[in-house]
Amino acid sequence: MKVPRPWSARAWLDTSNVMTGLLVSAVLGQLTLLLALLPPLLRRCLPGFTRVQRSRFAAFLDVRIPPVPALASWRDSATWRQAGYHLLSPVVSAVSAAPVALAWSGAVVGLTAFVQPELQPPPMVFPFDLRNPVVAGVYVAIGAVLLLLAPILARAMATLDLSVARVMLGPSRHELGRRIETLTESRAGVIDAADTERRRIERDLHDGAQQRLVSLAMNLGLARATLTDLPEPARAAIEQAHEEAKQALKELRDFVRGLHPAVLNDQGLDAALSGVAARAPFPVRLRVDLERRPSPTIEAVAFFIVSETLTNIAKHAAATKAEVTVTRERDRLRVLVHDDGCGGATLEAGTGLRGLAQRIGAVDGRFRLTSPFGGPTTIEVDLPCE
Amino acid sequence: MRVVLAEDSVLLREGLIRLLDAAGMEVVEAVAEAEGLLRAAEEHEPELVVTDVRMPPTHTDEGLRAALVLRRQRPELAVLVLSQYVEERYAAQLLASATGGVGYLLKDRVADVAEFIDALRRVAAGGTALDPEVVSQLLLRGHSDPLDRLTPREREVLKLMAEGRSNAGIGQELVLSEGAVGKHIGNIFTKLDLPPSEGDHRRVLAVLRFLKIRSLP
Repeated sequence: MKVPRPWSARAWLDTSNVMTGLLVSAVLGQLTLLLALLPPLLRRCLPGFTRVQRSRFAAFLDVRIPPVPALASWRDSATWRQAGYHLLSPVVSAVSAAPVALAWSGAVVGLTAFVQPELQPPPMVFPFDLRNPVVAGVYVAIGAVLLLLAPILARAMATLDLSVARVMLGPSRHELGRRIETLTESRAGVIDAADTERRRIERDLHDGAQQRLVSLAMNLGLARATLTDLPEPARAAIEQAHEEAKQALKELRDFVRGLHPAVLNDQGLDAALSGVAARAPFPVRLRVDLERRPSPTIEAVAFFIVSETLTNIAKHAAATKAEVTVTRERDRLRVLVHDDGCGGATLEAGTGLRGLAQRIGAVDGRFRLTSPFGGPTTIEVDLPCE
Repeated sequence: MRVVLAEDSVLLREGLIRLLDAAGMEVVEAVAEAEGLLRAAEEHEPELVVTDVRMPPTHTDEGLRAALVLRRQRPELAVLVLSQYVEERYAAQLLASATGGVGYLLKDRVADVAEFIDALRRVAAGGTALDPEVVSQLLLRGHSDPLDRLTPREREVLKLMAEGRSNAGIGQELVLSEGAVGKHIGNIFTKLDLPPSEGDHRRVLAVLRFLKIRSLP
């Protein structure tokens, strides 16, 4: 752990957290005790108390304790945990504030040992005579140590304070488990929805804009071929429109194919990937060995991985060849892309690998990148599939 | 030349009919889905079928499957498949299906009217018209075998041959004399262990057979 310096912002914030904690917890603890006489009212007030404490941790420690849902009744264990926290926190705050306060004040007193006799003429509170330079020197040394120690203590105590709050104010293990379940479900839903949406867009463009553009380009082509006796400017305009329509068609085709290739639906990964591999500007050895087809979502992710990676290799790796292997080992789909390029690929370099990692993470897949400078680069992906 | 056309987009169907008319071909029936294509092909016994790949009801590859069925039933029937995307897998299946005229082109190609009509006539006459994109996909696959022995120029010639061009056409495209093209082709056959033979048609078939072997799993 990095040791905070006494004059750092961290030290100020940790100390402030502990000190305000003492005050806030004392007040809230008292209120909780008082309101214990009226349990229903206390239950209503508890979320407010908790909000105050949460905002303290957010302000000083920049930590957001996850909120728990509204407290419905005293049967809810969260209600008891929160009440317990507000009763306990004065004690915790006292325990954590005392050493921090002692360290800081000890540091001030110690470091000012030489001027103490001037400020407080004898008889003094100190058991030793500070006019003796040796004694004063020892005091200064102790003060310096305390000064250096204070921020560490503040850090430690703030952490203690925070962990108690996390345990008692945050969601319980059971609640977390439930939330993970909901999140997993909703995430799967979102991914499927995005996938379906991509297919829908592909289909809409295919049935709509693409056909219209083909027809437009064809009619312009017909015009160009048959209207040969037009004045030159008109012919040039038709020619240009024709070329532009063809270009637009090509651009749209490349875009739409990247969305979701129709052949992936029809014939699966092997057929779809062989098209991708063949389009790469370097030779790609492709091996797809699947007994059963994975789910459409996983197929789409695997397709995306290979096409993204090959695009990346073409752009950055200066490779002369690549190898793509897709195999299935029971309930895992393994995708391996290997190239003999210059290596040095990282997730940070903005090469699209980050998006790849995110898309893999979204389906609970695992991703490993081996790319030393000078190459070769290997990307190993492991996707779950039932 | 009697043609049955299958294309689900009304716009494009009308356009294609116009285009086929311009090429001097007679569209005896134009349908919008694969079932209709099979029925119409049986009813009219056309010499040429032009079909889209993605059509109702499933909007996947029914046009292609219908084409494969037709070619199995009548190997001499010429089939031109048009598609928004070309996939080498589809091309391989088409090429494997029979020996008659066959074409597989991107829909974009209809924009270049003269070339498209040229491809139509070639397919109708029993030749081939493969989209340059498919050909490069097929040629790019697995570089470890006989293709490695070809020089870049021979590769270019083979590519154009696979598209269905004649010697003269290839010479024009690559700015070569017809004699030089012939020499390249002779070299290609030797390197690929294909016995050279007379006639344009058999030559194209030899190339296709070669592409087929390499592209089928």
